[in-house]
Amino acid sequence: MVESSKDKNITMHTYSEVEQVKGYVGNFDVRIRKKARSVEMSKCTGCQVCVEACPQVVPSEWDLGLGTRKAIYTPFVQAVPNVPVIDRSVCRIFTKSKEKCGAACVRACAAKAVNLKQEDEIINEKFGAIVVATGYSLHPWQKAYGEYGGGRYKDVITALHFERMLQASGPTSGHVVRPSDGKEPKNVVFIQCVGSRDESKGVPYCSGICCMYTAKQAILLKEHCQDAQAYVFYIDLRATKKNYEQFVLRAQRDYGVIYTRGRVSKIYQKSDKLVVRGADTLAGVPVEVEADLVVLATAVVPQPDAVAVARMLAIPHDQFALFTEAHPKLRPVESVTRGIFLAGTCQSPMDIPESVAMASAAAAKVMGILSHSELMLEPTIAEVNAERCSGCLTCTKVCPFDAITTVAYDGRTVSNVIASVCQGCGTCAATCPASAIILKGFTNEEIYAQIEAPFKRMEKEVTAGAPA
Amino acid sequence: MMEYGYYPGCSLHGTAKEFDLSIKESFTSLGLGLKEVEDWNCCGASSAHETSEELALALAVRILSQAEKAGQKTIVAPCAACYSRLKMANVEVAHDAGLRKRISHIIGQDYQGNVAVRHVTEIYKENKDRLAASVTKPLAGLKIASYYGCLLARPKAVVDWDDAENPTTMDELVTSLGAQALDWSHKTECCGASFSISRGDIAVRLVGDILGAAKLAGADAIAVACPLCQANLDMRQSAAERRNKTTYKLPIIYISQLIGLAQGKDAKALGLDKHMVGAEKVLEKLSAAPIPHGEKKPVAV
Amino acid sequence: MLQLNAETVHTCRDTIKRLSGEDVSRCFQCGKCTAGCPVAIDMDVTPNQVMRLAQINGRERVLASSTIWLCLSCETCSTRCPADIDIAKVMDTLRKISVAEGYPSPEPAITGFHRLFLASVEKYGRLNELELSIKHNLAIMKPTKDIRLAVGLFSKGKINPFGGKVKDRERVKKIFAESQRFVKVYPESIEREAE
Ligand SMILES: Cc1cc2nc3c(=O)[nH]c(=O)nc-3n(C[C@H](O)[C@H](O)[C@H](O)COP(=O)(O)OP(=O)(O)OC[C@H]3O[C@@H](n4cnc5c(N)ncnc54)[C@H](O)[C@@H]3O)c2cc1C
Ligand code: SF4
Ligand code: SF4
Ligand code: SF4
Repeated sequence: MVESSKDKNITMHTYSEVEQVKGYVGNFDVRIRKKARSVEMSKCTGCQVCVEACPQVVPSEWDLGLGTRKAIYTPFVQAVPNVPVIDRSVCRIFTKSKEKCGAACVRACAAKAVNLKQEDEIINEKFGAIVVATGYSLHPWQKAYGEYGGGRYKDVITALHFERMLQASGPTSGHVVRPSDGKEPKNVVFIQCVGSRDESKGVPYCSGICCMYTAKQAILLKEHCQDAQAYVFYIDLRATKKNYEQFVLRAQRDYGVIYTRGRVSKIYQKSDKLVVRGADTLAGVPVEVEADLVVLATAVVPQPDAVAVARMLAIPHDQFALFTEAHPKLRPVESVTRGIFLAGTCQSPMDIPESVAMASAAAAKVMGILSHSELMLEPTIAEVNAERCSGCLTCTKVCPFDAITTVAYDGRTVSNVIASVCQGCGTCAATCPASAIILKGFTNEEIYAQIEAPFKRMEKEVTAGAPA
Repeated sequence: MMEYGYYPGCSLHGTAKEFDLSIKESFTSLGLGLKEVEDWNCCGASSAHETSEELALALAVRILSQAEKAGQKTIVAPCAACYSRLKMANVEVAHDAGLRKRISHIIGQDYQGNVAVRHVTEIYKENKDRLAASVTKPLAGLKIASYYGCLLARPKAVVDWDDAENPTTMDELVTSLGAQALDWSHKTECCGASFSISRGDIAVRLVGDILGAAKLAGADAIAVACPLCQANLDMRQSAAERRNKTTYKLPIIYISQLIGLAQGKDAKALGLDKHMVGAEKVLEKLSAAPIPHGEKKPVAV
Repeated sequence: MLQLNAETVHTCRDTIKRLSGEDVSRCFQCGKCTAGCPVAIDMDVTPNQVMRLAQINGRERVLASSTIWLCLSCETCSTRCPADIDIAKVMDTLRKISVAEGYPSPEPAITGFHRLFLASVEKYGRLNELELSIKHNLAIMKPTKDIRLAVGLFSKGKINPFGGKVKDRERVKKIFAESQRFVKVYPESIEREAE
């Protein structure tokens, strides 16, 4: 991230949101809202004195509530840029809190970078192509899984919490502990497919990543806590890529991780333990673990705002709100809208190597467009015969790609197809009451000629071969 | 006065008399009437269900039809098993006119499907504020583990008024009576009541698990709203104690009896003396608690 | 050995589907039903194995299992099944098929109890709790099994020795006489009877 931020060809808009996208390939008009950070980037030296001065402590989103942050903060150590931001929804000044802080941050900053009056900035810019890489979120399991405590038990956490604990710079300084009492756990249960492969409470698809990261976490648990025993409840193990199967076997053989094939039915608190009721379907018995910590591998689901993002970009999504690729085999990193590409988990659950591969492919595709001064298009696109067009503009309403605009012609308003946006679906040509639109390569004349050709040949053959 | 049809079921005329008694008391106090369904028959419980589909339906639908004939629009069934059977039968015939006709033929009378089936706890929940207002002797200091069992939590088609994994209806009631509702682990575990006689070994094991969990949560008593659960948890308690070599001594008290106690009614009149595991400790704890509004009326045991 | 072949491999699944509307082929063997079942430990075939056997027409094994009789119909499994299968309903259907096809009961105490229960209801229209438990304990040759309990109940006035009776007992008898085991047509049994 740091590297890209320093590249002279890359402009990073952090703490910003794309609000509007208009136009088409090579010609996108994008409106970006650069949110008020309340700290001036040009003046800030990244010394973090303001953060220390701020008395307002709130749970940290980055650490999923396992740790805290201030009202003025940088979300995590490696964050780019290393410039704090004021969360106005909790800042004592902006919330007009009764507890006064006396603008501690403003007073602390020697560089006078803190600017409480800063306002959102709107940036309008043109872009040639767009790569959508908005990522994923995790299934809100608390609502659906009452049988796992529905969030009532402190020591039932998600794998992401566990991930935070493993991190040396994380909220527990790299120690795996129980959130309830801070003690090191001995029996740790990992439950896979929580929300995944569950038509009744979650999503029917496999999240694809959890088998592998669970194996990783079970191994790391053992490396962090020597006395710990990991149990993994799984339904099927999906370890299909290079070296993955060996990795899972290593967890079992070298780290003693107990893999139990069966979904957990219930978790309940018993004194300071969590009783996990599962089954071992291979042995054909129900099993129970009195666990100290339970880690849920929750399903990968789209971002909560995925549908809105898709609508803004005019790209399609499936019933789960995962963005749809133009072709599942041949155009996996493109959306159907020309010039808009997909990368990573916004398209489908996947792990880091796959996300990186997809992002690289998308970047290469973008280069393919931007490296030319002209666009090469499929020739089969629609064309309006302005002479015949009555200006009813029916076609503009039916075009699924918004490829038809209007132009003035001979004192009238007629429709006009933007060549680079048109996908050649032919809907407009079929709809036009005046037959003023043709699909190049598919005009009525051409189609009739194609139908007639074989008949003519047959006729010839029949006459030639006819017995005298 | 609002009057409900009342389907006591076989237990409330036998081993669960005190449930019947205390329900009637509480309904009177709420100004609600109960009128027994005319010449009702057994709902067939799980035995009919496991043997014959039509028999199970016919027995249940005859009850509904008897109520319909008498113009009863809603019937209250206190036994969770009867409640579940009757409501399920309603669902099944509602979806299938042919089936309804066939069953009507077997029972020799029509059923149009116009009788709603409700459980007593539903009615209490609806009248929670009035119940709270009628409390004269709050159950202060009493720790209650509310036990729903399987039939007051599931399936969704029947219990559409509470959560299947963490139901709260009884807990809310218990709280409004001034007691402390415990969050505990075995609210919806099955107690195996239907095996109480035939596979006592299983029933006793399941009962032990439930009692153990309630004990661990620090319960003074378990609140129930089903005669089968009550009978099983109460009558099999000593066997469970022998099996697990421990003592539970947990009185299993009907929610309606708790309501009566909170309304300052006589324990004996509520049938609290009818349980195998006595409620003396609970009553002692209650009479030791300070009485609000300066009333000093000891609870008779 | 269970022979799998194209003609019969789906028979059990199809029968269950026809009789109950439940499609066991939706089961993907996650094991959650077994994990939560309060009596799985007592069963000779676990609930997920029942579903699997039903999928591959292992009907004999399923229909003779103790599982279908030990199922308490508590619906824990149905409530949590990720494939939305009403497993309790499948168990229920299998019990009826098992009886219809004359499989001996591996749990005579349970099946016997149901018979006595229904006999009591057939006779009086309501259950006579005392008669039922005495008859049951006699049938399993343990007449004194619950004697301590009975004395206790009696002294607390909880036993009504005469039970209640329905007035219209004729109708109750008719209901018992006319009711069919299955609401839907059950072809196997019809064939059997025809033979
Ligand atoms: C517990 C856990 C452990 C894992 N461990 C591993 C592992 O060991 N190895 C591995 O290969 N994979 C692992 N993964 C998977 C890995 O997290 C994903 O493969 C990877 O993060 C996907 O990258 P992404 O860029 O598609 O999405 P993300 O990482 O989600 O990135 C998307 C980014 O887009 C931003 N964004 C979203 N919407 C907008 C918007 N509208 N405007 C601007 N920005 C927006 C988000 O804030 C986010 O920063 C793990 C996943 C989990 C849950
Ligand atoms: S990757 Fe593994 S754990 Fe995750 S949903 Fe798929 S099968 Fe389940
Ligand atoms: S819970 Fe459902 S899907 Fe899972 S094994 Fe049981 S029947 Fe099959
Ligand atoms: S319904 Fe039957 S199979 Fe399902 S959990 Fe209950 S006892 Fe087990």
